[in-house]
Amino acid sequence: MTLAADTLSFGYPGRTIGRDVSLAVKPGEALARLGPNGGGKTTRLKTMLGLIAPHGGSVTIDGRRLSGISIAERARLIGYVPQAHAGAFAFSVRDVVLMGRTAHQGVFAKPSKSDRAIADARLTELGIAHLAGKPYTMISGGERQLVLIARALAQEPRYVVLDEPTASLDFGNQGKVMRQITTLKARGLGVCFTTHDPNQALRHADSVALLRDGTLVSQGAPHDVLSRVKVEALYGTKVEMILGQTSFAFVPG
Amino acid sequence: MSEASTVGDAARERGVRLVSGLGLATLILVAGVAIAFSVGRFPVTLGDLGVALWSLISGQPSGLAPATEAVIFNIRGPRVVAAILCGAALAVAGAAFQGLFRNPLVSPDILGASSGAALGAVIGIYFSLGIFGIQALAFAGGLLAVALVYLIGSAIRGGDTVLVLVLTGVVIGALLGAGVGLMKYLADPYNQLPAMTFWLLGSLAGTDKSDLLPLFGPVLAGTLVLFALRWRMNVMSLPEEEARALGLATGPIRIAIVAAATLVTAASVAAAGVIGWVGLIVPHLARFIVGPEFGRLIPTAALMGGGYLLIIDTLARSSAQIEIPLGILTAVIGTPFFIWLLVNARKSWS
Repeated sequence: MTLAADTLSFGYPGRTIGRDVSLAVKPGEALARLGPNGGGKTTRLKTMLGLIAPHGGSVTIDGRRLSGISIAERARLIGYVPQAHAGAFAFSVRDVVLMGRTAHQGVFAKPSKSDRAIADARLTELGIAHLAGKPYTMISGGERQLVLIARALAQEPRYVVLDEPTASLDFGNQGKVMRQITTLKARGLGVCFTTHDPNQALRHADSVALLRDGTLVSQGAPHDVLSRVKVEALYGTKVEMILGQTSFAFVPG
Repeated sequence: MSEASTVGDAARERGVRLVSGLGLATLILVAGVAIAFSVGRFPVTLGDLGVALWSLISGQPSGLAPATEAVIFNIRGPRVVAAILCGAALAVAGAAFQGLFRNPLVSPDILGASSGAALGAVIGIYFSLGIFGIQALAFAGGLLAVALVYLIGSAIRGGDTVLVLVLTGVVIGALLGAGVGLMKYLADPYNQLPAMTFWLLGSLAGTDKSDLLPLFGPVLAGTLVLFALRWRMNVMSLPEEEARALGLATGPIRIAIVAAATLVTAASVAAAGVIGWVGLIVPHLARFIVGPEFGRLIPTAALMGGGYLLIIDTLARSSAQIEIPLGILTAVIGTPFFIWLLVNARKSWS
């Protein structure tokens, strides 16, 4: 049972960004993909989701090639949490979460009673049931990110992939969203998230992959991979390491 | 307050919004019908209308004066029905295209349906084909233009699919506009040119019973398809990659939505000429009341669009000595209304 990339090359049509990346995430585990902006994190994530075809190698889910799985079945296996955006129309929060049920419905179907019950349950679990009737466009960035996590969970997937879940969130909301990573793992989901913050990887991931210019620099358990020297090399800047009693953190500059 | 009851409240609030939205839209439509029948050189009361409709259903003679019956069934009735159908068609197509292109400033002619229909119609007028030939050419022109735009747009690989389609639509629309200009230049200036100009500004003056079936069939079929796809349309208004990550095969769904929305637009343009603004404004108004969810938006927009164009058409035939072209009235009313929307109703689309 793994979501795995095997010697994967990825990129956009006519432009390969990354080569030879092999990674795997198991149910109940979180994998952090860490690297500076422009390192190919988002592109690789879209390739893992099957949204972009790989340029070489393969993505497999429980041993099956992603390219051989229908788009609807893929959505029942992998939930996607994009970076929160405003959206063009003021759908209610409840309707946004209901859209997570798309892959479980027929083409002409409207959401069933059970679809609605699942959406409401996800809203309650994430502590945002009070937002159900509010327009998605009128809530805060942190709340939007929680709504998108609820939507991904409404897909009832086995893996969840998050693209920079805390980008453009304030300090408190970063904490609220990142705590959900732990909750997702506890539900038995395999979690894969991108971040440019080594501390998030330290705190919330079981394994970490360092990506720079599309290539895998290093991977392994966070405490093994994330040394001051490696983090400095990854970002090309000086970094200070702050030691606590049982943990440590990095501060840039 | 417990979480569960909050969720229940949201569901109730949704229901209230839908009922009030549909109620208001129905009210506008019924008021429009009442006004449309009672205004004119030969006023028909709602009572007369009721009696006449009952006689149609029951098969009993109505006892109305033959002149009244003729006005109801042959003159004003077909025009009222055509106005409702065209308005509903344009509003529904506008709502569909706005969602599909994730842009609230899109109108039904974004992919060239109106320009294609216009070229078809002026060619028909140029060759003096008669009303049926003109309408058939307009209908075919609208469908062909959008098919051409779609084929070219999908053949261009790379980049944002939706943006490429819109740009192709703009370019082909401009080319078709040049074609319309050429036909007007070549046309007989005393006979054909006024007919072309009048058609291009939109009018329901010539509507009779035989026009209703070719209008009703495509409008009903297209609207039903769009309504059946309402939940897929909600998902289509997300960014493309998100929609696909949610498990939606966006390609086939997009083709189905474009085909259905084009069918209703082309049928409307063939029957009434080019009428702008309805497809832009009515979806906004409907979204303002019932929100963007297409299951609620489509019926509300259809009822409101029908009522709106019916009221406009009543004004067009009654407010001056001559018929005022519909396209001119919708622009005169639409412009200030749209500015008001921009100032006051941003939340309906931002």
